[in-house]
Amino acid sequence: MKLKCLLSVAVALGVLGMQAWAQQGIVIEKQVTPGQEKPIPVNLSGFSGEALEVIQFDLYVQGFTFTGADAAQYLLSGSANGNLTGRASDRFNKSQLVNKSYTGGSLRRQAHAFVDDFLKAINRQGIGGTRIAFKTSSKSSGEIGVADFDGANKQTVTSDGALVAAPEWIGSRLALAYTSYKSGNADIYTHDLTGGSRKAIARYPGSNMSPAPSPDGSKVAMVLSKSGAVDLYVANIDGSGLRQLTKTREDDSAPCWSPDGQWICFATKINERRALCKVPVSGGPAQRVATSGVSNPSEPDWSPDGEWIVFTAQMGGFSICVVPATGGAATVLVDGEDPSWSPNSRTVVYARRGGGRYTLSLLDVPTKQTKDISRLSGSNSQPSWAR
Amino acid sequence: MKLNKLVYLLVVALAFTGGVTGCKKKPGHTTPLPNPRGSGSGDTATEPPSGTFDPNNPGGGVPLPTDIDPSNMNQNREALAAHTVHFAYDSAAIRSSEQGHVEAVASYMKSSGGSALLIEGHCDERGTEEYNRALGERRALALRNELIKLGADGSKIVTRSFGKDRRIDTSESESGHAKNRRGEFVVLTPK
Repeated sequence: MKLKCLLSVAVALGVLGMQAWAQQGIVIEKQVTPGQEKPIPVNLSGFSGEALEVIQFDLYVQGFTFTGADAAQYLLSGSANGNLTGRASDRFNKSQLVNKSYTGGSLRRQAHAFVDDFLKAINRQGIGGTRIAFKTSSKSSGEIGVADFDGANKQTVTSDGALVAAPEWIGSRLALAYTSYKSGNADIYTHDLTGGSRKAIARYPGSNMSPAPSPDGSKVAMVLSKSGAVDLYVANIDGSGLRQLTKTREDDSAPCWSPDGQWICFATKINERRALCKVPVSGGPAQRVATSGVSNPSEPDWSPDGEWIVFTAQMGGFSICVVPATGGAATVLVDGEDPSWSPNSRTVVYARRGGGRYTLSLLDVPTKQTKDISRLSGSNSQPSWAR
Repeated sequence: MKLNKLVYLLVVALAFTGGVTGCKKKPGHTTPLPNPRGSGSGDTATEPPSGTFDPNNPGGGVPLPTDIDPSNMNQNREALAAHTVHFAYDSAAIRSSEQGHVEAVASYMKSSGGSALLIEGHCDERGTEEYNRALGERRALALRNELIKLGADGSKIVTRSFGKDRRIDTSESESGHAKNRRGEFVVLTPK
């Protein structure tokens, strides 16, 4: 992956140079092809019960598949009698990658840590210790839920009995921003999950929607209608210093940030057709982010490595799609909506409809492997992955 | 990083050439360099969304009043229940068949001696959640704009959107979708 990243940077620089020279569009394919990579075969032996379940789940949603030892690239073995012992080796070059005994924490934590150690040994960043936030709903109201990325250790952090929407993590803090109708109106709150304190940061007349904290947690983008139109704004995370970023007749929605904090990407309409745009946080004209090949894009989320934007396209049903962050040809991945990147810019959490409810599911973008977070019961949607 | 340096030199050289061969030279050393991320490749670089971000035509909205809080007022949902306005799929345009309802609401407001109005915008389920929340608000604002055009006092009208969270028909049929795409009028009077 690292080599590919370097290649795409080189390609981007090349495009920049040629464009300055010739002032005409030159299409160069990116080197990474989402949905086209083959899962990596691993063999598991010795694990059972909860440890085996966690290890299989973590590996599957990060692009691995399970085979016999003779077909595997990596061999993972160990035991979990009280504490977990894990070994990992590369069958091709015979090297030992991990050999470790884990103590402390729950068995789940130890199993997650073992998979993360294995991934680190092959130069990848694991997601075993990460969390998600989401909307967990009943018929007429909802609450905000938080859980490990695999659905374990779920906690409901609100108890307002009101409609809620769009939770998003604030930087790397244990804190969320979300919309709640608890006052009757759609207002935006920040919520510190360590102390439980909550603050209304946008209670303007009209609807206060879709809060998106900046990657460093210092600012928040949001969609407000106080001017009499539905436009994009940015403010400090405490709500002060509000600035309007767009002035359109359209219904701008679902902002997200570039990882360098310089751009906000959002969904809007251009000439009556839905499109993704991005606008500089410092102000200025918005630019289209092309999503060729799909229609009705919404709910963009910019990958933490800056390379990709994942979004929902609506073409009959709903599809999770990915496009280079500079815009270009979109790749359709799976059915679903409202995707959010994991910290490693590889796995995505999203919601899919079925049976009258939403189910959260995980998608490994390079291989298109998916797995429901079946541990979460009820209807759960609008996931946000803590980074 | 050799390539990077080369591109930088190339860009600076070209910008300089441009200054000499025709364009009016900008004061000082302000020639902007292209953003390394972002303004990117192909058709995304120079195309502003046409007609959408015209600063001379900013949204056309009339600011919402800040002194009306529906949660602190009596809400009468019956008075104008017969005049709920329905919308076409993915649209906030008021159809001519619905115009009579808006006119009835405008008349009610003018004759009701100062009562305020809350407009609630709703959507069907064929759209993503936050997209629908924005669309529902746009529907409510479109109705407010039309009422103002018909002579109603905009400083008495507030809006809110429920997106697709308050559907009245969950049958997922065409007729069900049509019932859900609506703007409801709630009369507000002081408590």
